[in-house]
Amino acid sequence: MEFARREAPFLTPKADVASMMLQVLAALIPAALAHVWYFGPGFLFNLLVAAGFCVGGEAMMMRARGRSGEAALADYSALVTAALLAFALPSLTPWWVTATGSLFAVVVAKHLYGGLGFNVFNPAMAGYVVILIAFPMEMNLWVAPRMGDIDYIDLTILQTVQYTLTGSLPDALSFDAISRATPLDAMQSGLRNMRTYAEVRTNPMMGDFGGRGWEWIGNFFAFGGFWLLIKKIIRWQIPAGVFAGLLLPAGLMYIIEPGANASPGFHLFSGATVLCAFFIATDPVSAATSPKGRFIYGCGIGFLIFAIRKWGSYADGVAFAVLIMNMATPAIDIITRPHIVGHVRRGDRQ
Amino acid sequence: MGSMWTAIFTIAVIALIAGLALSFASRTLPADSGILVDQVNELLPQTQCAQCGYAGCRPYAQAIVDGDADINLCPPGGDDTLRRLASLLGKEPLPLAEQPAHVGAVAVINEALCIGCTHCRSACPVDAIVGAHQLMHTIIETECTGCELCIAPCPVDCISMRSPS
Amino acid sequence: MPGRLYQHAKSVVSAPTYDLGTLHGGLRLQAHKKVSTAEPIQQVPIPSQLVLPITQHAGDPAQPIVSIGEHVLKGQLIAESDGSLSAPVHASSSGKVVAIEPWPVARRYGDNAPCIVIECDGKDHAIETAESLPSYDILPADVLLTKILQGGIVGLGGAVFPTAQKLMQAITCDLEFLILNGVECEPYISCDDVLMREYAHEVIGGTQILLHALELEVAYIVVESDKPEAIRRLGEVLGEVGDARLVLKLVPTIYPSGGEDQLVQLVTNREVPSGGLPTDVGCLVQNVGTAAAIHKWVSHNEPLISRVTTVTGDGVAQPMNVEARLGTTVADIISFAGGYTDRATQLIIGGPMTGKSVSSDRVPLVKATNCILALSESPAVGAELPCIRCGDCAAVCPVQLLPQQLFWYACADNEAKMRLFGLTDCIECGCCDLVCPSHIPLTADFRMAKARIRELADEKARAERARVRFEARNERLELEQQTRDEQLAQQKQAARKAGPEAIAEILRRKQEQDED
Repeated sequence: MEFARREAPFLTPKADVASMMLQVLAALIPAALAHVWYFGPGFLFNLLVAAGFCVGGEAMMMRARGRSGEAALADYSALVTAALLAFALPSLTPWWVTATGSLFAVVVAKHLYGGLGFNVFNPAMAGYVVILIAFPMEMNLWVAPRMGDIDYIDLTILQTVQYTLTGSLPDALSFDAISRATPLDAMQSGLRNMRTYAEVRTNPMMGDFGGRGWEWIGNFFAFGGFWLLIKKIIRWQIPAGVFAGLLLPAGLMYIIEPGANASPGFHLFSGATVLCAFFIATDPVSAATSPKGRFIYGCGIGFLIFAIRKWGSYADGVAFAVLIMNMATPAIDIITRPHIVGHVRRGDRQ
Repeated sequence: MGSMWTAIFTIAVIALIAGLALSFASRTLPADSGILVDQVNELLPQTQCAQCGYAGCRPYAQAIVDGDADINLCPPGGDDTLRRLASLLGKEPLPLAEQPAHVGAVAVINEALCIGCTHCRSACPVDAIVGAHQLMHTIIETECTGCELCIAPCPVDCISMRSPS
Repeated sequence: MPGRLYQHAKSVVSAPTYDLGTLHGGLRLQAHKKVSTAEPIQQVPIPSQLVLPITQHAGDPAQPIVSIGEHVLKGQLIAESDGSLSAPVHASSSGKVVAIEPWPVARRYGDNAPCIVIECDGKDHAIETAESLPSYDILPADVLLTKILQGGIVGLGGAVFPTAQKLMQAITCDLEFLILNGVECEPYISCDDVLMREYAHEVIGGTQILLHALELEVAYIVVESDKPEAIRRLGEVLGEVGDARLVLKLVPTIYPSGGEDQLVQLVTNREVPSGGLPTDVGCLVQNVGTAAAIHKWVSHNEPLISRVTTVTGDGVAQPMNVEARLGTTVADIISFAGGYTDRATQLIIGGPMTGKSVSSDRVPLVKATNCILALSESPAVGAELPCIRCGDCAAVCPVQLLPQQLFWYACADNEAKMRLFGLTDCIECGCCDLVCPSHIPLTADFRMAKARIRELADEKARAERARVRFEARNERLELEQQTRDEQLAQQKQAARKAGPEAIAEILRRKQEQDED
């Protein structure tokens, strides 16, 4: 009997990029539902717009590069980029802001660098930073969360869609009327205006640990993140590094000067800390690769988040922290090369 | 508005000064070209065939470093050498000026025709031809680089190129 | 996870203690071994035709010493060892040599190799041997090694390195102990497992012979923890034999703990130096099958003419372990095992991770064949995606390489970086392939890359030789020129000293010559 010949090994790999990406998306669902509960349906429309432009941008770039569009879209990485970008945006965002961010993320930050596997920078964060700087007013239109006791403005779906499509609010409302500072905003400006941490905590935007509403979204991100850890989609070194890098300096400063610094708990449960630790920093392409390198990379991100929140001019430094550490990744990889079995270790006598 | 023009002017002046300083340094400060010539020579195939127009690989390497020769003049090196030279020197890889005639071929003497004149022996740049006056000549196959410099001097045209065994 | 030291109650352990090592990475694979170990070893009847390649070992081919038409007996030497790294081939049964010609064999690249084809007469007459054999323990080591060389014994774990030469190299080193490799970590393969169950005496006998030949005092018989019957049987026989030098050791079931360097690291916590051998760190590793073969040859004068092989996979009707004569074609063995199922689409000689895929089942069973695997087609994998730098490959590499970086540099054809990142240390175990989410065929790429850097190294060596000869020639020509110049200068000076009359004399002589 005759047979076809192949090369060893003859077993099929079980892991698969598409299923990895789908699991990441699945892990984001609880947090997405929480987001919609607290801040209204705007998130879903942002997600739709982002997904449409990310997928469309990827298809267009693959065609321009002369490659198969279907294969690229089948790995769902564009959708993950869209989802992470959507989580970073305020719930009321005009479509052109989302579109700009998505197109920059997929076209420039991903495909102009070579496509999947070749991008130096995290595409979602690169896209976010571009629109943060280019559309400062739209990107600061954060609304109050639904918490029952503070003034939550319940926009209807139609009004949300109208804003998303046209950028104009319903007649009775104005930007000033509905926008609120985020908890991190409030904390940063409060501390810099020489108010103590305890005083700032009395602000109605503050919740039990971190910001109202945000802390629960953070918890849901954590559930998703732990699930990914259990399924071994992500490894523990990066989240651990981010938490260590953020919480250790924060804790230190809090111990030294409790009045003038936010507590580590506040840092943990506000803003995009948990989202970054489990979903953004763990993007395998732009992160370091060795286990030691990943921990260092995570620590660097955590420390930069703390530094920007404490001394920088932006309320949340996650995006910048990630992009800066992306630049350091090649150096980290070189420094943390593991010892090859049988080779002389550095420092061994020959 | 005035402060903006001041800023633009200042940056422009700094750029001008830096540019002038760099071009002055690159022209007048001596570059350590000896090491670079060695590195370029390392990449060349050492066939010493003179197809590039220089009398051997090291003179060609020197010419490349001096800027007198392009990097695409070495047919035996092929595309591989071209790409490595381009990457070493930070230049654009040009297409090869001349494709190699035979890749990996070696010369062989037709012993029936050889008259023992020693012309080919003197021509071989790596002394791969063994023979004495009026005695049979032979080419050491493992040392032949395929440069083809022995073919022309032979008065009876007894040398040809073939694939190595 | 460190292995556990198992001591049978009756034997007294006098082995030195040392730190047990750990293996980085590796995979826990589904074993698929139960189906082939349910029954005892079945004996495959002698086929009508035996095909014996003259190269069943690593090294130079053996030279046939029989001619076509000659009648040979079982155990007769039919090809002798040629060169320093070679092993002889013996006839597996009696019959007539009908051809010495190329046949399909199981090789990674290329298809055919010269084989001696014997048509068996069915009588299976053995060659005459000496009436009584001297017991091995009175033989000096070098005589014993020569005897092992003559038996055609090679490493039966798959590498088929000639055992006598391996032992000869080993005794020149500072050895501390012998390691018997009964690990058999690759899925589907179970021949060593059943060998240890049914031929435990031979395995232990062979170990004792090896200890004598190497003049060692300790041997570790290492078995994976998923072989309880083999462990039990070996423990029983160790207790019976009562040799305190032999210690049974268990290791966890992780692929590829059975690789030679990996086993040394696991059992002794010593790293075999890159490009070196286990003897460099004081160990010698032998497969349990090799030990059994040594025992059969040294104590019973039966050369290596048969081996135990696993026939398995979902393409085989009755998976089982068989003992068959070397030279039996795989087709015969599979039909003995019930034939193919209708799901068989791939035939692999060896295991599913490191085996060689063959196109025809006419290939013969040789000394290296530890498994005949007929598999159904793996589900169609998607096209290869770009590397997403997930790092899973580095997490499972037993040599702690960075397959991701090696892949990048292999694509870039960067020889220096490939060497720096340890490409030549890759053992081609296939672990990285199995965990890659982008389904990149890393092991195949590394095989090609290794060939490429060998090619580049050869080219570099040639260029260096040419450069040296060129510079030597230039020096020679310069020296000749210098000598000529000096002679000329000397002549000129002599002429000047001699005076104008001498010059006139020379000119007049020249004029006379011209007139003539």
